[in-house]
Amino acid sequence: METLERIRTRLEAAVAGAELEVVANGAVAAQGSLRVDAAHAVAVARFLRDDAQLQLDYCSNVTGVDWLDRVVRTTVRTRRVIDGLERELEQTTEHTVPGYLEAVYHLYSVALRHGPLVLRQRTADRADGARVASLTPVWRSAEFQEREVYDLFGVVFEGHPDLRRILMWDEFRDHPMRKDYVEPDDYEYEPTPHDEVLAKARRHYAGAGGDRA
Amino acid sequence: MEEGLRRELAQQGIVTTTLADLYNWGRRNSLWPLNFGLACCAIEMIAASMARFDISRFGAEVFRPSPRQADLMIVAGTVTKKMAPQVVRLYNQMPEPKYVIAMGACAISGGPFKQGYNVLKGIDRYLPVDVHIPGCPPRPEALLHALMALQEKIRGQALTGPARPRHLQSEAPSEFPVPQFGAHDLEPPHHPELWQPPAVVGGES
Repeated sequence: METLERIRTRLEAAVAGAELEVVANGAVAAQGSLRVDAAHAVAVARFLRDDAQLQLDYCSNVTGVDWLDRVVRTTVRTRRVIDGLERELEQTTEHTVPGYLEAVYHLYSVALRHGPLVLRQRTADRADGARVASLTPVWRSAEFQEREVYDLFGVVFEGHPDLRRILMWDEFRDHPMRKDYVEPDDYEYEPTPHDEVLAKARRHYAGAGGDRA
Repeated sequence: MEEGLRRELAQQGIVTTTLADLYNWGRRNSLWPLNFGLACCAIEMIAASMARFDISRFGAEVFRPSPRQADLMIVAGTVTKKMAPQVVRLYNQMPEPKYVIAMGACAISGGPFKQGYNVLKGIDRYLPVDVHIPGCPPRPEALLHALMALQEKIRGQALTGPARPRHLQSEAPSEFPVPQFGAHDLEPPHHPELWQPPAVVGGES
């Protein structure tokens, strides 16, 4: 398969106005991915599927990623003259990068036997703006998996033919795979709790006013 | 009648019995299970019904696809919170007398999924379980052992008095409330009369 950079260059020529970014992967696998904006995602997906050199006709996996708000610290060193002496001052500023959710698609070509190409869409935020474009019109196999991402992460796929919860019940209000999900406190006694379960036990018995843990 | 006299009579070819013995003998040897499975334990349940383990030796080979014709509910597998109301509803649709075997770690306690958000931590939170089988999954022999334990339980039941079985007590419930799907969890999270969280007494964690 072509490199992501080449695919991006060809996509920019084919889909006017598409905002594309090659996201590098620092891990050993070094498998980069292609990020696309929601407005042009369907057009880009159609190109990836129909292009003669790519023919990515099979979407094997759709999943979600939750990126929480994160605080970025930047330290700036400045030299200033204070009381006639030149001193080096460190100034640390903090700013919060708002969190977002991502939908990740793994694309393969059965016809040309290559892949995967990792395609990402990013939402504007983790609340009302958690919307991306549905790629079900392009790859039918994405239908149930996009429903799963909607169910567990709360990403709304616009243009999905039947966006309902698929694993949890319809009345359920939470999105359990989000990192800030709080599950119902139904901890039950375990003889040897450890790690996360121990933390859960402590929270439970503290809340219940028990004398334990 | 004394047990010794009875045995002596039996040696002479005279069989004596009581109505309770006959009644319990009849119903304990034809426990028809409900034909449903929830996860991998169901595979072991199927194995128990096939030729090698042969559950029909105990009169329980007639797996009924309708709850109206079943006496025994074998909860074989993980009960997810989404599935729990349907399991309780199936139990409610079974006629008395009816029994429940909770088969496997998931059905008795949630098993490896106990700390998850989507799995019920044991069907005994909503249903009166007669026999619990530990194991992940339990072997078919364990299911047969549970069936024999249930048969022993039925054999010892008195037909009169306060300890008589539930189906002979007109005021005892034969249906249990079906939990509702709530915004965060099942409502209620357990049946308070059937199950209470275990009390933790003393000791350091």
